[in-house]
Amino acid sequence: MSAVIKVEHLTKKFGGLTAVDDISFDVEEGSIFGFLGPNGAGKTTTINILCTLLNPTSGRAFVGGYDCVREPHMVRKAIGIVFQDSTLDKDLTAYENLAFHAYIYGVGRAQVRERTEDALRFVGLLDRKDDLVKRFSGGMKRRLEVARGLIHRPRVLFLDEPTLGLDPQSRTNLWEAILELPERHGVTVFMTTHYMEEAEVCGRLAIIDHGKIIASGSPGELKKAIGEDLIFIKTTDNASARARIEELSGLKPEEKDGELLFTVQRAESVIPGLLKTLAGTVLSIRFERPTLNDVFLKLTGKEIRPEAQEDSSIKEEVRAYRRRH
Amino acid sequence: MIEFYAVYVIVLRELKKFVRERSRLISTLARPLVWLFMVGAGLSRLVSPKAGMPYTQFIFPGILGMTILFSSIFSSISIIWDKEFGFLKEILAAPVRRSSIVIGKSLSGTAVSTIQTVIILMLFPVIGIKLTLAQILCTIGVSFLVAFSISSFGIVLATFYESYESFSVIMNFIVMPMFFLSGAMYPVRLLNAPLRIASSLNPLTYGVDALKNTVFTLREGPLSPDFSLGFDLLVIVLTSVLFVAVASRFFERKG
Ligand SMILES: Nc1ncnc2c1ncn2[C@@H]1O[C@H](COP(=O)(O)OP(=O)(O)OP(=O)(O)O)[C@@H](O)[C@H]1O
Ligand SMILES: [Mg+2]
Repeated sequence: MSAVIKVEHLTKKFGGLTAVDDISFDVEEGSIFGFLGPNGAGKTTTINILCTLLNPTSGRAFVGGYDCVREPHMVRKAIGIVFQDSTLDKDLTAYENLAFHAYIYGVGRAQVRERTEDALRFVGLLDRKDDLVKRFSGGMKRRLEVARGLIHRPRVLFLDEPTLGLDPQSRTNLWEAILELPERHGVTVFMTTHYMEEAEVCGRLAIIDHGKIIASGSPGELKKAIGEDLIFIKTTDNASARARIEELSGLKPEEKDGELLFTVQRAESVIPGLLKTLAGTVLSIRFERPTLNDVFLKLTGKEIRPEAQEDSSIKEEVRAYRRRH
Repeated sequence: MIEFYAVYVIVLRELKKFVRERSRLISTLARPLVWLFMVGAGLSRLVSPKAGMPYTQFIFPGILGMTILFSSIFSSISIIWDKEFGFLKEILAAPVRRSSIVIGKSLSGTAVSTIQTVIILMLFPVIGIKLTLAQILCTIGVSFLVAFSISSFGIVLATFYESYESFSVIMNFIVMPMFFLSGAMYPVRLLNAPLRIASSLNPLTYGVDALKNTVFTLREGPLSPDFSLGFDLLVIVLTSVLFVAVASRFFERKG
């Protein structure tokens, strides 16, 4: 497989602030690549550089083999983008927004109608196609935007927090659709997210914090790298069970809420032996694999949280201001 | 090379929004009417018609120029709104040449502006001007060219501003002076030297002068046009090319 996105020592400074700090990575054609990081980590800045909307301070970036700085036109031909903030024209209808996009992305005139209607159907908005976008709910706008990003069948699709503001149902639907893209249409997906469940489905992940990539790999690899499975066991006599475990394996279980817990490399191969040793006294046993959240916590020292809805209060102020003037 | 469909769809978007927003049509038509019938009619008592024609007639090309100025600039400045509300990113990320985007935007302003100018132009009998069909067609043609140059100028302006708060700054410090120094309300040659220089740098001056050339047959006297029609058109075309080139360059420039 070849790399469709190639980033080499990319750095972007805004005045004194280094938003992206010497990052390098490759994304394989036909894969789903996830960028995971807290607010202000530099995800959107990286996407803006890859989409040719921003020049890097130093370093290079290639999409589809084209240099994002020197051949922006060729890069633009290869990509589709769903921006983090809404970029719809609210005074146009859903259909008009999508048709505008189809034309400007060079979809042939004969196909505009069909592609636009397909895309609207895909996100369940066909029956609202002639409504002005300003009458749409937040989630509907988001879905419309995702549909728009796909209309011209890009080779690489950038999704900057695609499920922001969607209800669980729509989020699942959207995910099913995104997951099909690489296989059905050969699209490479580059996405950012705050949601761990979403990060789980990515073929590869890069965890970014303060502009630096602090870890990358498949979700499985990342989890393996930070650690082991955690076994929880409850017995009729925890004190003696603890002594047996210590004696046998040298591990020092802790007791918490009536359960003994300790970490092992592969819980599934340890548990049978454990049951044998503690025969008859085990009340319950379970184990947990490390989650991406644990990975994140360990690497950055902070929890990742889905950010509150986009900054809607400010936008509202802007609109109110506009009305007054 | 210009991508036809990109230009087409950018213009179409503007026209759709223009048709939907009727208050905009009314307010941009109200301004020239106020100037023509309230300001013009008042001042015509002060300015004697012996200079060649009544004052209300003299300012008519200037009022056409005003219509073009305000509606073209307003249309181009909407790019600032597009920046603010994100739509500009949708356009800039698209695989079309920056010059196609600028030409599309300029033609958008040109289209809405020419429509409004034609409406005002049709008032000529009311103020006692006689125009032949050829004059009417020439005036519409010239209006189209002037509107294009002012729209492209407006796009250059819009690239400097990030938020619509600058809108009133642009209106008060750029658009109003452009109007007064264009020869719309008084002949440029009556101005003192510094203002005359300022006026000669004003792209609208040549537009208003070209409109005077097509609306009036008068070629001498204090109220006659300052330049020949050929010269006016040359300046208008050259500045349009310049503005489109500069705006395209600015759009390619990234932070
Ligand atoms: N145009 C700009 N000018 C100055 N600073 C900027 C600009 N854009 C982004 N930044 C700064 O760069 C840093 C990275 O921002 P970026 O938008 O890339 O973060 P992000 O990872 O997308 O965060 P989020 O999850 O909140 O979207 C932030 O500190 C931000 O304030
Ligand atoms: Mg972001």
